[in-house]
Amino acid sequence: MSTAQSLLMWKIQNDAYWHFLCISSLINSFKALPLVCNMRYSYTLGSTRYHFTNLAELMAKATPARAGDRLAGVIAHTAQERVIAQMALADVPLKNFLNEALVPYEEDEVTRLIIDTHSADAFAPISHFTVGDFRNWLLSDAADGATLAQIRPGLTPEMVAAVSKIMRNQDLILVAKKCQVTTAFRNTIGLPGRFSTRLQPNHPTDDSTGIAASILDGLMYGSGDAVIGINPATDNLAQCQNLLHMLDEIIQRYQIPTQSCVLTHVTNAIEAIELGAPLDLVFQSIGGTEATNTSFGFNLAHLAQAEAAAQSLARGTVGNNVMYFETGQGSSLSANAHWGLDQQTCEVRTYAVARQYNPLLVNTVVGFIGPEYLFDGKEIIRAGLEDHCCGKLLGLPMGVDVCYTNHAQADQNDMDTLLTLLAVAGCTYIMGIPGADDIMLNYQTTSFHDALYARQVLGLRAAPEFEAWLEKMQIVETDQPAKLVDAMPDTFARTLEHLSDSDSSDARAETGQ
Amino acid sequence: MKRPHVVANPWQQLRRFTDARIGLGRAGTSLPTHELLAFQLDHARAQDAVHLPLDLARLCADLSALPALAPLGEIVQLRSRAADRNQYLQRPDFGRRLHEDEIPRLHHLSSNTEYDLAIVVADGLSSQAVQQNTAPMCEALLSALHNDDQPWQLAPTCVVQQGRVAVGDEVAEQLKAKAVVVLIGERPGLSSPDSLGIYLTWQPKVGRHDGERNCISNVRPQGLSFSEAARRLLYLLKESRRLQLSGVDLKDRTTSDTSTIQNGAKNFLLPS
Repeated sequence: MSTAQSLLMWKIQNDAYWHFLCISSLINSFKALPLVCNMRYSYTLGSTRYHFTNLAELMAKATPARAGDRLAGVIAHTAQERVIAQMALADVPLKNFLNEALVPYEEDEVTRLIIDTHSADAFAPISHFTVGDFRNWLLSDAADGATLAQIRPGLTPEMVAAVSKIMRNQDLILVAKKCQVTTAFRNTIGLPGRFSTRLQPNHPTDDSTGIAASILDGLMYGSGDAVIGINPATDNLAQCQNLLHMLDEIIQRYQIPTQSCVLTHVTNAIEAIELGAPLDLVFQSIGGTEATNTSFGFNLAHLAQAEAAAQSLARGTVGNNVMYFETGQGSSLSANAHWGLDQQTCEVRTYAVARQYNPLLVNTVVGFIGPEYLFDGKEIIRAGLEDHCCGKLLGLPMGVDVCYTNHAQADQNDMDTLLTLLAVAGCTYIMGIPGADDIMLNYQTTSFHDALYARQVLGLRAAPEFEAWLEKMQIVETDQPAKLVDAMPDTFARTLEHLSDSDSSDARAETGQ
Repeated sequence: MKRPHVVANPWQQLRRFTDARIGLGRAGTSLPTHELLAFQLDHARAQDAVHLPLDLARLCADLSALPALAPLGEIVQLRSRAADRNQYLQRPDFGRRLHEDEIPRLHHLSSNTEYDLAIVVADGLSSQAVQQNTAPMCEALLSALHNDDQPWQLAPTCVVQQGRVAVGDEVAEQLKAKAVVVLIGERPGLSSPDSLGIYLTWQPKVGRHDGERNCISNVRPQGLSFSEAARRLLYLLKESRRLQLSGVDLKDRTTSDTSTIQNGAKNFLLPS
């Protein structure tokens, strides 16, 4: 055999070993890991044979480098080992993912959900592919939007995570762009050529006037078609209900075709519904393993209960997608609940949880957790593109919170890059925050201005029902939805006349003026 | 001042109600120059704040000067396993655990009868928040505890350098305390480099997860006031002791007498 031949000689052995899942000594401190069925993967390069104990190890080592995987001790030791792992992964048959659970079925309800809801029929057309074939097919003309939608129920998150690991950034953009996911509540989210925003009017003490000020600012910049969503400063139930009432009254008074959300725990939302609060969307941060979700204080039964409760209110006018999920790479590791998996694979498993409950919106808060998971702008950009593409492939209305914290090596230039790439990729929605500075959560994300930039350079538009409202209210020029009216619309100018003297004296007292 | 090619926002006057960057105006649909540069200055300052070290001696002096803390003995100074700031940022697992050398010191301080509560201060991501806000917050908390009808037996107050929230679990476990309150510097924001976070955990021990904690955030003079934070924390502490738990099953059902709650939904967008 010639040297050239041996270089290309891949050996994937499906020896069906039974062993202990033992990724590396670094993670021995995690919970006692059970006996699972593993297959051994190896590859010979020249005279060196590389072994990967199981799919979890192979996937982790094939992942583009990032801080969280280094922290977990699952990262490839060298750049060469990473590419070897990617080459070995490319030759793994997709069928293997149905036979080798990365987290044990018996011990994880997310794995059970993934396996139990898998559609063999939808999988049939791609069942003979390797991961590498799958990439080729996704990029080919054969995989158009309609075909991708048909195979969704046959895809497991692990298959999708695997193929994304051997994709370049442009592949992630191209494939995501092909996927169309449309959802609806009081407007329609995710139509082609549309780019929506969540108006996020947070305030450090949930002051209603301060929140209203940010809402007005956002509406005047055409923001808020995905949702007007507040991260409350506390989980206080009375406060959450007050905020829900306030958002509902604003939406009703100005007849805004959008939906509201107070981003509180799912159990609070269930209680708020029972108490008669006007709740549009149920929120929950979710993770890709049962143990992660336990650390978030909920399980899948809570989500099912909440979805049923919110749907029973029938508050949607053009659709009834009532769930809003947030995700983000690193949450499973942060919760010590990652089972030795890399953080991107955990993240994509999260999308299996999300799609079970028909969400209106899913948001990966990509740079929020911190530099110990995504170190710098380069890692945040890569992760954002991966999350968006993988979520879309699995059929989710993916938005991305294009963001960073002040202890990460990132700045607005990195955010501009990611925002532009995502807008090209057909991202469903991004955040809209006054001046990109969230004064409650203390991180930076995209501003109202940023969203308008993306709409302008790419000719994108707001959700159709919301766009019609912006025109009717004279916030944008008639028949020119990309152009803001210079003058303040009368309806809203009049609201400023309601600012009472007591409002201003209170405000002065607070700021010590 | 009129700036050429900048469209001003008439609702700029609303800035008195919020620190949010509203009414910035626009050049086309983009940020005007002065707002762009103001943001970058704030970002630079926030990045620098992450690396500002805690002045431990001054903090301990401030805490020791509180009459209610004095009877508990000297402030206990501890280190996490993170050797320095860079390691702290990259290894959260180190920041969650005490340095091995500190364990015997804490054993020495544990009491034969369990303490009801341990107060643990950790620098977290903003030493400024801890430096400025810990002493007044402790004062407000101790005053609230003092007024409770059931007594609270307090452990010696501990300060952990390069600490994360979960380090309080280990401190309290070693001290044999039934509950721990961790006061920690939150990540600095552009307009709020000094926010103190407060975390309550019942039956703290190594391995407790975040769903088992309650959090009160944004405690600072321009955010949630010390007295209001203390009031909510006392409510949570009392409920925690009554129900023998903390976290998602312990709901904050306080009804506040602050204007925020009383105002309810009323504001200029919703005139009555």
